[in-house]
Amino acid sequence: MKDRYDVIVVGAGPGGSMTAKTAALEGLDVLLIEKRQQIGDPVRCAEGVNKEYLKEYIEPDPAWISAEVKGSKIYSPDGTMIEMSEELSGAEVGYVLERKVFDRALAREAALAGAEVMVKTRATGLLIEDGFVKGIKAEHMGKKYDIRAKIVVGADGVESKVGRWAGIDTTLKPSDMCTCAQYLMTDIDIDPDFCEFFLGNEIAPIGYIWVFPKGNNMANVGIGITGNASGKVRAIELLDDFVQEHYPGGKAIELVVGGVPVCGTIERTVANGLMLVGDAARQSDPVTGGGIFNSMWAGDMAGKVAASAIRRSDVSAESLEEYEKKWRAELGRDINMSLVVKQRFTRLSDHELNTLAHSLEGIDLGSATLIGLLWALFKANKKLLWDLRSIFKGIKDIEMEVSAEVGS
Amino acid sequence: MTVSVDRFKCGYCGACVSVCPTGALELMETWIEVDGSCNDCGICAKICPVGALEVSK
Repeated sequence: MKDRYDVIVVGAGPGGSMTAKTAALEGLDVLLIEKRQQIGDPVRCAEGVNKEYLKEYIEPDPAWISAEVKGSKIYSPDGTMIEMSEELSGAEVGYVLERKVFDRALAREAALAGAEVMVKTRATGLLIEDGFVKGIKAEHMGKKYDIRAKIVVGADGVESKVGRWAGIDTTLKPSDMCTCAQYLMTDIDIDPDFCEFFLGNEIAPIGYIWVFPKGNNMANVGIGITGNASGKVRAIELLDDFVQEHYPGGKAIELVVGGVPVCGTIERTVANGLMLVGDAARQSDPVTGGGIFNSMWAGDMAGKVAASAIRRSDVSAESLEEYEKKWRAELGRDINMSLVVKQRFTRLSDHELNTLAHSLEGIDLGSATLIGLLWALFKANKKLLWDLRSIFKGIKDIEMEVSAEVGS
Repeated sequence: MTVSVDRFKCGYCGACVSVCPTGALELMETWIEVDGSCNDCGICAKICPVGALEVSK
């Protein structure tokens, strides 16, 4: 370890490793630190990601792909099933990863690109001078270090402190975070070709249960409920109920717990000498909780922006605004659309969820586009879709049609 | 008066850290530390996926 770098990245998840890799490939001197002694472990993820999205950033490797699925099946509270193709299923469906191996592979790519990597190294604070972040205070094996950098990137996950230290309030309200529990189950009878989602206010209040195949009769069986639904009943208790009912003979060989930001975009993710990436920047999808691709996209962008800012010797918040603008235009739009959907869908009763599912029954969604799905939903449930009209910006014909029919 | 963490239940996921309004919690490698700024609001205890935190009055 040196005492100064161009960029220090705090946290070696997918977002941090991508930042470090891209910044190193841009020729910067990079340090990537991870507070755990093992990158990728313990896992805090359902491990689903869209194949095509992922391929933009890394060559698929069987070493970290547990299973490949064709699409998703969504079950309404009364058991009505809606099948969706992979393309329609969004950023979380395609591959089911082995994150322990995947995260390590990404960190290795960062290392091969030239970044220095340190594990068991924790950021305990920031060095701040004249209103600029100038590096980090770190702790490694019981010793304290000050390490300087032109830019610090906080990719320190849901429990991020880097943003807070720089004056960016990333505190989540209970309703802004999804509290999750998951078992890796073996010896269970599942559909190996589909990611399954179970909806219902009783089984998963303000949330859902997922079953993601992991190959060989194994699956990640998990639940996420929003924090405001947690307290009297816990995510893990609801999960146990579900498992007992659906997989009484199954065995859990791993327990995963975690919190996922579902707040939508936050006000600011840059400061003088600082950028936030991934869950630390609250860039996960508010409906699905998915964040692997978003983090990698944002990390790659942060690495590029770090390089251009350092080249022009201006690491001020104004200069790093380039990152802010770009991720908001690309990821932020989708995140905020998801937030609108989340806010509407979380108010639906079980009866309403069933009605929605029934309205899609018999419609072949195998080849449907997203527009086709929305159209089918809209035809059957005009009032609901009227509430969601703000996500249809740019789909003028639907908007006009909705407005004409609801208005009449 | 502070929050106590049952280390035998805690899955050290850090969910509690993200909701703490005073920044009193910190996820170390495999445990949660609580510092003096804890104001007993109990939000962390509410959202814990396994119920490992408790506000002791």
